[in-house]
Amino acid sequence: MIVGEQKPLAEIKSSVRPYSKLLILGCGTCVKTCFAGGEDEVGILASALRLALKKDGQTATIDELTVERQCEDEFLREAAESIARADAVLSLACGAGVQMVASRYAETPVLPGLNTTFIGILDKPGLFTEKCQACGNCMLDVFHAICPLGRCAKRLLNGPCGGSQMGKCEVNRDTDCAWQLIIDRAKAFGQLDALAAYIPPKDWRTSYAGGPRKLLREDLVI
Amino acid sequence: MNGSKLQQVLGSGKFALTAEVGPPRGANADVIRQKASRLKGYVDAVNVTDNQTAIVRMSSISSCVHLIRMGVEPVMQMVTRDRNRIALQSDIMGAYSLGIRNVLCLSGDHQTFGSQAEAMNVYDIDSLHLIHSLKRMRDEGKDMSGFELNEAPKMFIGAAENPFADPFEYRVIRLAKKISAGAEFIQTQCVYDLPRFKEWMRLAHENGLTEKVHVLAGVTPLKSARMAKYMASRVSGMMIPEAVIKRMEGAAKAQAAEEGLNLCVETIQELTEIKGLHGIHIMAIEWEETVPEIVRAANLYPRPHVSESGDSSAQEIPYRQ
Repeated sequence: MIVGEQKPLAEIKSSVRPYSKLLILGCGTCVKTCFAGGEDEVGILASALRLALKKDGQTATIDELTVERQCEDEFLREAAESIARADAVLSLACGAGVQMVASRYAETPVLPGLNTTFIGILDKPGLFTEKCQACGNCMLDVFHAICPLGRCAKRLLNGPCGGSQMGKCEVNRDTDCAWQLIIDRAKAFGQLDALAAYIPPKDWRTSYAGGPRKLLREDLVI
Repeated sequence: MNGSKLQQVLGSGKFALTAEVGPPRGANADVIRQKASRLKGYVDAVNVTDNQTAIVRMSSISSCVHLIRMGVEPVMQMVTRDRNRIALQSDIMGAYSLGIRNVLCLSGDHQTFGSQAEAMNVYDIDSLHLIHSLKRMRDEGKDMSGFELNEAPKMFIGAAENPFADPFEYRVIRLAKKISAGAEFIQTQCVYDLPRFKEWMRLAHENGLTEKVHVLAGVTPLKSARMAKYMASRVSGMMIPEAVIKRMEGAAKAQAAEEGLNLCVETIQELTEIKGLHGIHIMAIEWEETVPEIVRAANLYPRPHVSESGDSSAQEIPYRQ
């Protein structure tokens, strides 16, 4: 999923200050799953913000709405009336959702309420970890389903650096060394020898390095 | 232009010695000249670090040129942290044109350890890719795109290895990968844990790797027990046995430095006995003035004389095959 976390209340408060009619718009998919921008979080943030603004002697009406996915027009249409009533939208979606709202409702200012952090998983209750860099050319078959691009601090393709000790990354001792995991898994499958092969440099054109990416599916074009 | 003297020393079967200097944090090159002047004549080549520990310093390439002007042969360290493949290849060509003949390919210390932790890293390619591309540039005269260069940079290609990092069993595989990619000499992380180093060398030797590459064992003299403890706990990839720390703690404060130097010389003497080890790399961090003393005490002075034609004189010590 796309993992996000809510911005600090003080930062949100400062960004919504110019507006007296605010819509807090939640997103019911990824950021709901990571407890950052679903219906529950919209409600809690709305209450906290009302209180905080009141304390500052500011009056603002705050509406609440959550759609299934802000990144899809089909769902975003449902927000049309609420957005029309608001001076500004505080979107609790990821960066894609925020931009989708802005492009569909061009006349209304849209503010981000989350920091989009990474593509990752729920590792254990309360802990989300990054797994994928969306490089556009998956090599997980080579690396035994553990990605050194998303999980090695130096994005090394040819083995662990000299800072891997006791299975941990030198950059953060709480983080597993991706290469230790790759090697352990290769060993478990009896395929350690394959990791002796030289992996050539990555062609980054399919990644963000090649500029903003587009995916055109001719078969779906109407 | 002349080739690498370090390559000639090693190529003629002589036990080699290298040292290291770190460029200054500023535009005045006197510091690097002073450091190098203390090493001149006592080692065969001097490594120049590339923004080590991710702290911004005078560039490795320019510092190497200062050394060349003094008659000291540099080993230019190059990390893939700060430059993409375009900049790395460009700097290699430039370095060669300025007389630099040895390159040590590294991934580099992560920027979050440095003084500008907010920086973005590059890591377009890794150290193996850099080794591979240097070899191609030199042997085929082509850059990474296959474009034919007007002159090939004929570099002596080096890499680092850390026998004290994990997973241990992969360390020899990784060494083999670096050799296949084109590494001709290896400088290791500082050795304090001799049994582990010997085991790594034994595996490398058994796999026939010591015949394909010149391994130089890294050593760093300890100044104090505090330094030993700091390195053991804070410097990544370091392994310092408890006995070494105890020995440093056992020395009176005024004698600690001397004890550190003794330990370093003893380590070198034990290392020179290892089959397949072709040299020592002395990293006397901000303590370069001790290198002549260490080299003399370890009976590694005088250094081999390498003539312009590449013949070296006969009085020096050969390495054990």
